[in-house]
Amino acid sequence: MNTSVDLGGLRLKNPIMSASGTFGYGLEFAPYGDLQKLGAIVVKGLSLQPRSGNPPPRITETPCGMLNAIGLQNVGVEKFLREKLPFLPADKTPVIANLYAQGAGEFAELAAILGDEPKVSALEINISCPNVRCGGVQFGQDPEAAAFVTRQVRRACPDKPLIIKLSPNVTDIRVIARSVQEAGADIISLINTLGGMAVDIHSRKPRLANTVGGLSGPAVKPVALKMVYEVCGVVDIPVIGLGGICSARDALEFIMVGAHAVQIGTANFMRPDLIFDLVDELPVLLAELGVESLEKFRGSLETA
Amino acid sequence: MHNTCQTKSRFCDRVRLLGLDFAGHPDFVHLYLEPPSWDYTPGQFVMLRPEIWVQDPIWPRPFSICEKTPEYMRIFVQVVGRGTSLLSSAVPDSEINMWGPLGRGFRLSLDKRYLILAGGMGIAPFVGLCKEHPYPGKLSLIFGHRMDRSCYPFDELPGEMQRQSMRQTNQEDMEHFGRVLQEQIARFAFKGEILACGPMPFLQVVHKHVLETGAPAQLSVETRMACGVGACLGCVVETRSQGLVQSCVQGPVFDAGELVL
Ligand SMILES: Cc1cc2nc3c(=O)[nH]c(=O)nc-3n(C[C@H](O)[C@H](O)[C@H](O)COP(=O)(O)OP(=O)(O)OC[C@H]3O[C@@H](n4cnc5c(N)ncnc54)[C@H](O)[C@@H]3O)c2cc1C
Ligand SMILES: Cc1cc2nc3c(=O)[nH]c(=O)nc-3n(C[C@H](O)[C@H](O)[C@H](O)COP(=O)(O)O)c2cc1C
Ligand code: FES
Repeated sequence: MNTSVDLGGLRLKNPIMSASGTFGYGLEFAPYGDLQKLGAIVVKGLSLQPRSGNPPPRITETPCGMLNAIGLQNVGVEKFLREKLPFLPADKTPVIANLYAQGAGEFAELAAILGDEPKVSALEINISCPNVRCGGVQFGQDPEAAAFVTRQVRRACPDKPLIIKLSPNVTDIRVIARSVQEAGADIISLINTLGGMAVDIHSRKPRLANTVGGLSGPAVKPVALKMVYEVCGVVDIPVIGLGGICSARDALEFIMVGAHAVQIGTANFMRPDLIFDLVDELPVLLAELGVESLEKFRGSLETA
Repeated sequence: MHNTCQTKSRFCDRVRLLGLDFAGHPDFVHLYLEPPSWDYTPGQFVMLRPEIWVQDPIWPRPFSICEKTPEYMRIFVQVVGRGTSLLSSAVPDSEINMWGPLGRGFRLSLDKRYLILAGGMGIAPFVGLCKEHPYPGKLSLIFGHRMDRSCYPFDELPGEMQRQSMRQTNQEDMEHFGRVLQEQIARFAFKGEILACGPMPFLQVVHKHVLETGAPAQLSVETRMACGVGACLGCVVETRSQGLVQSCVQGPVFDAGELVL
């Protein structure tokens, strides 16, 4: 079955892509499967300068999920272009760079660098990061700020598909989604992690050195599904759904509520070849359901 | 051929649990798994996650490769929480997802003498190392443990080795053990190399004394791991030359001088 999808200029052979920060720079998973099989590879969030991230412990397990406060440790854009990107099968599978910056100017600078790189197929902008200088609010929590960053990045990188990745930590995600669409986003991806924390009553300490972190994994799936459903109802651009997807069935749930494609995050930790198996399982499940094409299945949810 | 990474053979196997062997105590169990096709270096580890865990616990669990023979791969587990408890009650013939061999093991040369310092479960990676070593007479072991010695795979180690075990049940014992470690490290110092594995407080004592004496040493550290393949950045440890690095890739065995503990 043909499972290819067109995300406004970004064509994928199937809708399964990796989620940023859970798939390293892609190469980490090469021993476990054929990277060329994936719809796209989204790499760890990149910043202009290398970042060392937060002190450990940075991760803790929670029921059906996990909390992380990695703090965007990454090798920096230069080293990525020099030491990682050349080894990815970019001619066979789109490589998508995920961008992290502390301000709109820095986002634009980063977008310009990555925009010039032929082996990068699209940019995904992480506007759900804390510690950004923008009137004290996160870019992803304020529709004006989200639109501002989107415009800056759009201007710096006019030629590549632009994905804006939304934070679920907002009152009404539809407002942010519409705002970034109007500002020039080509695609929206959601959700990033939900704010959360875990503590230990014996040591009376938080389980993360950073005290708070981001929740991901199957535990967040119902929240993610609702938000993807809501956003698909108010925007015209393609939406990439993610949050807790562990199986082909989960992936189809997001597509059924309107997503064009999906990303696999925390599930990559359950088994390093899981994402490759999903690529094989998706068409089998579609056939079992008697679905003729992914296109027809998308958004086919029947509400009363 | 492209200048891209080609697909390597899959190292993630679904292996059968051949059997479990409790070491006379419900919290200590040897898992015998179908042996994988690959070879390993002592100190390397595997990630285990039974298929029946479905979505909870979400993470696999890291374990040192205790021993590998043509018949089985053996993992020595102490029950400390939910994951290890579930593993200890796994059913023979059930299937476990296993990926490895992960990380860097101990760098060894056969003609060198080694002083092995193991604390509790830190004995696990040394079982295969000692049993497969062609000249076990070159190996000495000091083993500190909290539970009865019979809980641990100590007695099965080759008789030609110099072996010493010490039990610690209270603070006083711990302090005494600390002094023994200090003495032994100073005495052995440059006669060969020190290899150590154990809980963090134990490693910190070893680390302190090897740095003081300048004795060459390799330490295996334990950190929280979600993926085991270098992707999640959860398992980082601080190193002198590279800052925070993934212990699952650059470790778990590090040169003592490299580590900041
Ligand atoms: C490279 C490596 C090799 C290991 N080899 C062995 C081995 O051969 N045999 C063995 O029994 N265990 C080994 N461990 C430790 C083992 O992975 C943990 O005991 C196990 O993950 C605990 O899982 P749990 O669900 O039972 O406990 P949890 O419920 O996850 O935790 C129970 C307690 O243990 C602590 N804990 C959990 N994981 C770790 C960790 N990785 N480091 C420090 N504290 C932790 C938690 O904070 C908590 O206090 C190894 C760990 C690593 C990183
Ligand atoms: C360890 C870890 C690191 C992450 N790093 C990033 C990152 O660098 N950039 C980003 O946009 N999202 C990052 N995320 C968020 C994921 O891409 C994803 O949005 C989120 O985990 C929800 O999906 P999941 O439940 O499938 O994991 C990270 C998530 C985890 C668990
Ligand atoms: S355990 Fe994920 S990077 Fe080491």
